[in-house]
Amino acid sequence: METIKIQGTEDTPKIILDAGNDIMEISGRSLPEDVSSFYEPVLNWLNEYAENPKKKTVFNFKLTYFNTASSKLLLDILMKLEEMHEKGQDVVIRWHFPEDDEDMAEAGEEYAEIVDVPFEQVPY
Amino acid sequence: MDNKKDVKGFLEFVYEFYKSMKAHEITLVYEGEITHQITKAFTSLTESNMSKEDEPNSVQRKVFHVMVECLQNISKHADDFTSNDYLFSGRGIFLVSKGENEYSVTTGNAVENDKIEYLTELLENINRMDKEELKELYKRQMKEGRLSEKGGAGLGFIDIKRKTNKELEYHFLPISDDTSFFLLTSTISRSDN
Repeated sequence: METIKIQGTEDTPKIILDAGNDIMEISGRSLPEDVSSFYEPVLNWLNEYAENPKKKTVFNFKLTYFNTASSKLLLDILMKLEEMHEKGQDVVIRWHFPEDDEDMAEAGEEYAEIVDVPFEQVPY
Repeated sequence: MDNKKDVKGFLEFVYEFYKSMKAHEITLVYEGEITHQITKAFTSLTESNMSKEDEPNSVQRKVFHVMVECLQNISKHADDFTSNDYLFSGRGIFLVSKGENEYSVTTGNAVENDKIEYLTELLENINRMDKEELKELYKRQMKEGRLSEKGGAGLGFIDIKRKTNKELEYHFLPISDDTSFFLLTSTISRSDN
């Protein structure tokens, strides 16, 4: 399937969705002007991927900042992954955060409480 | 002659304004339309100043968070006007001040009087909540809330209180029979914890 590669900017994250190479990653900063349209391709890609996923799916979040509007869209992405997990697929979420950033660590913990998916916290 | 006098008066006002800014330790002030470009410009300006001054990372992050949410509050809500008053739509005043112990981020924008009750209740409710309650409210709102047409998630005030760990200070001042000026100020402690 199609690979998505979006370069990061000062207000939008870098996104790589590459099923062939098992890379799924959202990293950097997220405060896009229009969150819904920015994340729409990601959700569409995941919908398509979910129909025919790899044996194991590892989705990496490595964000340094996201605004409240983005937090809602990140939850939509996580819920999509939860859906796959509920269907019996092997899905893992890796939540990377700077080790001195308690708020980002806590944000990961909160998501882990909301969605029922294997969730790994990875300080760096 | 008169013109010269006017110019002089204006320049004197500018100097008073400058002194007043210094007295209140204001590092950034803006009045006008708040757009995404403005949000990006102000946050990156403040960020580079803080980083030059070796402000702790955690303080920088909190100031950044609060600035973005405050600016987006205005850009997403200040134009909910039915009165079609061009002057008010998406506009407001935005101030950042830096004191010895804390940063303050202050916004002001016109609101219709019939929103005052709703806003007061919302802010009071958030102010009453402790850390754990705020966390639950944030989670619930993120799950159940819907993005508004302008992309607001209804999470901004909750996030500001959580990040600053301080009550949201606000005030309404009358503009006319139908409208008031809504002021909100958030303070971020400069000590690293």
